[in-house]
Amino acid sequence: MKVISLDEAVSMIPNGASLMIGGFMGVGTPERLVDEIARQGKRDLTVIANDTAKPGTGIGKLVSAKLVRKAIVSHIGLNPETQQQMIAGEMSVELIPQGTLIERIRAGGYGLGGILTPTGLGTVVEEGKRKIDVDGREYLLEAPLRADFALVQAFLADYLGNLAYALTARNFNPVIAMAGATVIVVADHIVPVGLIAPDHVVTPAPLVDYIVANG
Amino acid sequence: MDAQTIIAKRIAQELRSGMLVNLGIGIPTLVANYVPSDLRVFFQSENGLIGTGPLPEEGMAHPTLTDAGGRPVTALPGACTFDSATSFGLIRGGHVDVTVLGGLQVDQQGLLANWMIPGKMVPGMGGAMDLVTGAKRVIVAMQHSAKGKSKIVRQCTLPLTSARAVDLVVTELAVIAFPAGRATLIETAPGVSVAQVLEATEAELVISPQVQEMQL
Repeated sequence: MKVISLDEAVSMIPNGASLMIGGFMGVGTPERLVDEIARQGKRDLTVIANDTAKPGTGIGKLVSAKLVRKAIVSHIGLNPETQQQMIAGEMSVELIPQGTLIERIRAGGYGLGGILTPTGLGTVVEEGKRKIDVDGREYLLEAPLRADFALVQAFLADYLGNLAYALTARNFNPVIAMAGATVIVVADHIVPVGLIAPDHVVTPAPLVDYIVANG
Repeated sequence: MDAQTIIAKRIAQELRSGMLVNLGIGIPTLVANYVPSDLRVFFQSENGLIGTGPLPEEGMAHPTLTDAGGRPVTALPGACTFDSATSFGLIRGGHVDVTVLGGLQVDQQGLLANWMIPGKMVPGMGGAMDLVTGAKRVIVAMQHSAKGKSKIVRQCTLPLTSARAVDLVVTELAVIAFPAGRATLIETAPGVSVAQVLEATEAELVISPQVQEMQL
């Protein structure tokens, strides 16, 4: 793990990169990274996240700045700009059931070749997908998802990179921390090693590549 | 009593102590207001919380304690938080006893459409498909009609949420169950006749031999 400035962290992200971004309606989204991506104007991004939040919040800021080429999300209902850009053909949106989305990310990070889920059977979600029978029950095969970068918001990070999360700001964060080729973390508090008890570490330090320096 | 209150009060009667319950946005959220205080119901917010409590007092909101709509909530003593994989494991894995969701259409076999109107409204399914597929019991809370058109239809014309039929639909006029896969009128709202329900319903309804009045 390396400590890095905000500017350096975002400079590593090329235009066209795929980003997994933590957060649920902006709660648990690394806002500092999002703001800096918008400031540096990184373009043609593929964003994999729960939702596109709302204008002015979290991923909504990237949408407003027209930096997102493709969004792979479960919900866009609270961001009219995402819907407008989708209808205008400026942005493509792939809608995935939330439980399937998080499991596809988990599969990507856990080295699995996909997951079998009953969710989506008999709906438009099953179109083009393989159905597999297991002991007489039918499931959809859903492929794993990985990304170039995982942008994670933690509550606590220690100097080694062990992470703990706060309340409902946890959501996608520990799962994407397994599935990004490069993992960049913003933490509310950076604390000495040992302050997070071993049982309370949610994301183990070796998964974390960079922690953005506070300040 | 307005339509939303009738629906929420009636659905609250379906909840029992010890149940894990997920309430959707809108009318379903109101159900929590009518659960008797001596019942210990565990409310889940699918963004990662069991033990969701009432809205915080003004000035007491916490930025990382929110519901699935991103709004501030409180957590009751004994609450716990978890990531989205665990949250949907609870949902898909059959650990949620009751889910209460809104609906756009329910058809006479009990199939639900509640996540998009092609060409008009594409919010995304969020957690709805997992909830309807995985919860032990699915209750739909919705007004009986929209713009004068019955929302309980012969066959859904909107994209389905799941191939799994719902268990109960509660509207301001009626309670409808689906024994043997057929929409069956089991209760009417106070002051509403069976004929009035049939008049307001596009779907073919089986009339239970003992239609009762909702006890509100």
